[in-house]
Amino acid sequence: MFPARYWREIPQRYRMEAEKCKKCGKIYFPPRLICPECKSREFEQVKLKDEGTLLTYTVIRVGPSQFVNQTPYAMGIVKLDDGINILAQIVDCEPDQIQTGMKLKIEFRKIQQDGEAGILCYGYKCVPA
Amino acid sequence: MREVAIIGVGMNKWGELWEKSLRDIFVESALLAIEDAGVDHIDSMYAGCMTSGLFVGQEHLASLLSDYLGAGPIPAARVESACASGGLAVRMGFIDVASGMSDIVLVGGVEKMTDVSGDGATYALSTAADQEYEVYNGITFPGLYALMARSHMQKFGTTREQLAQVAVKNHENGFKNPLAQYPQKITIEEVINSIMVADPLTILDCSPITDGAACLILCPADMAKKISKKPPVKIIASGNATDTIALHSRSDFTILNATVKAAERAYKMANVTPENIDLAEVHDCFTIAEIMIIEDLGFVKKGEGGKATMSGMTALGGKKPINTSGGLKSKGHPVGATGVAQVVEIVHQLRGESGPRQVKNAKIGLTQNMGGSGGSAVVHIMQAM
Repeated sequence: MFPARYWREIPQRYRMEAEKCKKCGKIYFPPRLICPECKSREFEQVKLKDEGTLLTYTVIRVGPSQFVNQTPYAMGIVKLDDGINILAQIVDCEPDQIQTGMKLKIEFRKIQQDGEAGILCYGYKCVPA
Repeated sequence: MREVAIIGVGMNKWGELWEKSLRDIFVESALLAIEDAGVDHIDSMYAGCMTSGLFVGQEHLASLLSDYLGAGPIPAARVESACASGGLAVRMGFIDVASGMSDIVLVGGVEKMTDVSGDGATYALSTAADQEYEVYNGITFPGLYALMARSHMQKFGTTREQLAQVAVKNHENGFKNPLAQYPQKITIEEVINSIMVADPLTILDCSPITDGAACLILCPADMAKKISKKPPVKIIASGNATDTIALHSRSDFTILNATVKAAERAYKMANVTPENIDLAEVHDCFTIAEIMIIEDLGFVKKGEGGKATMSGMTALGGKKPINTSGGLKSKGHPVGATGVAQVVEIVHQLRGESGPRQVKNAKIGLTQNMGGSGGSAVVHIMQAM
């Protein structure tokens, strides 16, 4: 992964930085330049809640090459307590313990390694709350 | 706007075509379409292709394909909307003819997917999802559709057997299609007991990796009556719509909203209702997709797609035959070609030349082609002239 591509997403992946539309109050993650709801272009920075509820999930048994050594791993769509949905891995529990509706908490984790000499890629994963 | 007709179709056997290149498979099907139409030239060309750059390291298809087709210095464009590239190319050709800009237009779709490893193909296909907020975290396409499948199962009680029946039914149809990549029949037990890819989807819930192309010749309907060698088929509607690229950004994972909107636009343009459609080719990239699509096209109520499939309603001989070609599941899914091949099947059906898989008295057919996890969709409605 080219460093600039990794570096510019750091505020979202490391710190869960989102933006709230100043006009209609809708929160966007990742940030956008224009609000699809009200077309306003003015936003204020907010940090997403770090707890949420699992809406749906799967267990990836055949993974892409950077994730092969992690298979099987669970991934789910989590509705954070401020209403924003994210897609993340669910870790620190066995796949058969996972249920929709369960409470999850966001943690900062290593996501993947970009090749043998490549950069280590970090971001958010979910663990049982 | 001029009325637009399809006067020629061309498609070769799909599969792992190691001995053939991207340009070979495209030109072969283009020549079949030109021969089928009986035209001596084309005025312009649209080629749907998702990602030849990642699959064979080749972009600039407008030049490559018109060059190898020997079509001269015609205007040409490569069209991309992930797995809906073919459907979108049909729409571009339709607009070109309808507008009066061109008379005889070749619309093709092509994808050469087996020149990379399985992992290379997984990567290339994953570029249809949000690279930074889906793929980065480890999701795959089977994974995204598995997330939809679990939502649909929990919300509507859709069962594992109902998902499997989509694959069983489409392989049953593909068994009758000599051009299908996997024409063998399978059983519900085989689908459920095959290798788990992303729970609850197994490998037999997934469409395959395929090399293939398909082509059409379009012209104004007035001209079609004079020059067409075979019964022409009119395109009576073209609908296109988009949705969020990331699945998790949607408020409901059981609705494919781009498909709903594209279908609404198409039904309005054609002035028909879902009841008027005799048969449809839909984007069964995964079994759950067909269940959601037949709901979102209005063929059954939301949530009843699984039950309808189990009842035989969508089988050949049922009230609303879906994917008589075998669908993406059995016929194969060379992503950029799929949307064009769906139209090829409908044209054969409306001409009455589908042999053992012919739908009796087929007059109006529909195609639904979809990109990514549903971020784009193209719907066409066709009628026998």
